[in-house]
Amino acid sequence: MWSRRQGRLRPTVCGVEELRRRRREREAALRKARREQQLVSKRLLRNDAPEEAGEGCVAAILGETEVQQFLRQAQRGTEEKEREGALVSLRRGLQHPETQQTFIRLEGSMRTLVGLLTSNQALLQLEAARCLHELSHSEQSTVAEACLPATSYLLTYLSSHSSDFIELCLYTLGNLIVESEAVRRQLLPQGIVPALAACIQSPHVAVLEALGYALSQLLQAEEAPEKIIPSSILASTLPQHMLQMLQPGPKLNPGVAVEFAWCLHYIICSQVSNPLLIGHGALSTLGLLLLDLAGAVQKTEDAGLELLACPVLRCLSNLLTEAAVETVGGQMQLRDERVVAALFILLQFFFQKQPSLLPEGLWLLNNLTANSPSFCTSLLSLDLIEPLLQLLPVSNVVSVMVLTVLCNVAEKGPAYCQRLWPGPLLPALLHTLAFSDTEVVGQSLELLHLLFLYQPEAVQVFLQQSGLQALERHQEEAQLQDRVYALQQTALQG
Amino acid sequence: MQLPPALCARLAAGPGAAEPLPVERDPAAGAAPFRFVARPVRFPREHQFFEDGDVQRHLYLQDVIMQVADVPEKPRAPEARLLGRVPAFACQVAGCCQVFDALDDYEHHYHTLHGNVCSFCKRAFPSGHLLDAHILEWHDSLFQILSERQDMYQCLVEGCTEKFKTSRDRKDHMVRMHLYPADFRFDKPKKSRSPASAEAPGDSGERSEGEAMEICSEPVAASPAPAGERRIYRHRIPSTICFGQGAARGFKSNKKKTKQC
Repeated sequence: MWSRRQGRLRPTVCGVEELRRRRREREAALRKARREQQLVSKRLLRNDAPEEAGEGCVAAILGETEVQQFLRQAQRGTEEKEREGALVSLRRGLQHPETQQTFIRLEGSMRTLVGLLTSNQALLQLEAARCLHELSHSEQSTVAEACLPATSYLLTYLSSHSSDFIELCLYTLGNLIVESEAVRRQLLPQGIVPALAACIQSPHVAVLEALGYALSQLLQAEEAPEKIIPSSILASTLPQHMLQMLQPGPKLNPGVAVEFAWCLHYIICSQVSNPLLIGHGALSTLGLLLLDLAGAVQKTEDAGLELLACPVLRCLSNLLTEAAVETVGGQMQLRDERVVAALFILLQFFFQKQPSLLPEGLWLLNNLTANSPSFCTSLLSLDLIEPLLQLLPVSNVVSVMVLTVLCNVAEKGPAYCQRLWPGPLLPALLHTLAFSDTEVVGQSLELLHLLFLYQPEAVQVFLQQSGLQALERHQEEAQLQDRVYALQQTALQG
Repeated sequence: MQLPPALCARLAAGPGAAEPLPVERDPAAGAAPFRFVARPVRFPREHQFFEDGDVQRHLYLQDVIMQVADVPEKPRAPEARLLGRVPAFACQVAGCCQVFDALDDYEHHYHTLHGNVCSFCKRAFPSGHLLDAHILEWHDSLFQILSERQDMYQCLVEGCTEKFKTSRDRKDHMVRMHLYPADFRFDKPKKSRSPASAEAPGDSGERSEGEAMEICSEPVAASPAPAGERRIYRHRIPSTICFGQGAARGFKSNKKKTKQC
């Protein structure tokens, strides 16, 4: 569980404001990175025992002589405790970028470290692995790439039996994977995918979470859709195992599920072989997981469940666009209207806790309702139109999506529009017509058109409530003119 | 956002699909200038639509946001996990007197030294897979016989099914195809004797402790690689570790020449 790693080397004098500021900074940096398509994040495992994090917990930068000294001591020391201590000191020093640079520039240093990693002294091995891990976490390519000589051993150790060691190796590999394509070009022929696939049988939750992390880094790679997913991943047993990790029930571990849900998302949005995943039951597994999430969200206060909900929503939404969805068994695998109920519970949760995820939830709603009279009927019979309308003020993007979903319902014909009016829909539309955003207004016009077509009585009420004036506001707008004019005509003739 | 009270009940109830209302479309619905068409939408991975969710995911990776909800897990040794320390205890394997004060350390020690151990020669291997390969190639006489006639040396990389005539060929394959290091420590060819080989001066190669794992140290200095396969053994066991049969073999065995430094 990642929560174990909570209290690590952060300066204890850190107020809430400071944390918030840091978060804002990180967030801004991440957004910028994403826009430049350079979104790279690494995980750092630091399990310092309480006494180490005591006084002098911020380790000093090590100079070249000190690094050499520690390495020599670790390699040739007489007392085992002495050797281990030397590596611990080295590891602490390696928390600093300067020490990392010093280390990699020192001739033979990596070789020595690898030798210690593969020695039969268990505790030296662990410490050496921790040193490597610190190096792997570096933001500087030269440092991370200096770890390449160790990768064949890291992979070998994935089939060992020491779960803590495996976990450490996995996080280190995950950090290295994300570093550069050069690194992956070495790791792939070295057999990283089969090695990871073998790990998935582990009963240890911490190992599975680490595995999910490493795999998600591999799948997030730019070349993954072409070079990694088709040949390696889909040919292995990983997809089935991934889906197993996502099955709701007593064995579901949220930390593990988050990682594998993201893995699945990267595979699915690459659109390499989604029918294969559908064949493995992805839709029903994810649908059940969605129900489970909705249940969990109602019980827990603030649990970070949106971290799991987000990739699940994405996977479902993208899978629903596959033609195979219709042909498997001759009908959609996803027909249970509880999915709609669950989705709305999640939408409410997002509305309160994480509004930025509302568009993703509404995206799924669109994909569910677009071609499904059954789901559109559910929206009506479960009284979900009004809650949907309550989302309109959130943002323009959300408004457009809400209106699109309503159009999905309305376009199915008079039987559906009859249930949309009278009610809060028309007033809501008159309200959105007052927006300045062209897309919002455009979608409102589309919905009005459908409403007028299938429910002509609405026209009168529209006119009575100053609908024409609302329309006039947009008659100069290039993208809206034609539709405004058409509606004006309909209204005047009606 | 107010949800209808019956919704939660619906979620808790059994599966079911709503009986759809009749669909009846008028062609005028899609007539110009109106252009709405109901359709599912897909987004490719780099789409801007995913920005917010991606940023959150990465904040989580960087540990800036709180962890995902904890499902109570059964820790193996709760006190030890919390404190990291228990009263000192010794390894239970006969002949090993390593002492520990943390269960995690013991677990790792046990698996490394006593886990996949060859019952013939007491060498320890990191995985069952490598142990199996070792036993086959070193201790199975049938393997020797068969290998004269067919390719028996299996590639050690997980997932690769290639087999080779000699261990040298296999090593070449692993170096060329799998980009493994030429001195990969877990792929030692079996030799009855290792020739005494000169060490290059200023050798800062690694030493192996005890007998558990074979470590081949190569001269780091610029001397050319020896033509045949050579092995240099160095054994130096600190006083805090004692071994049973394994250690004794290292010093008394005549099977291999050891080079003392």
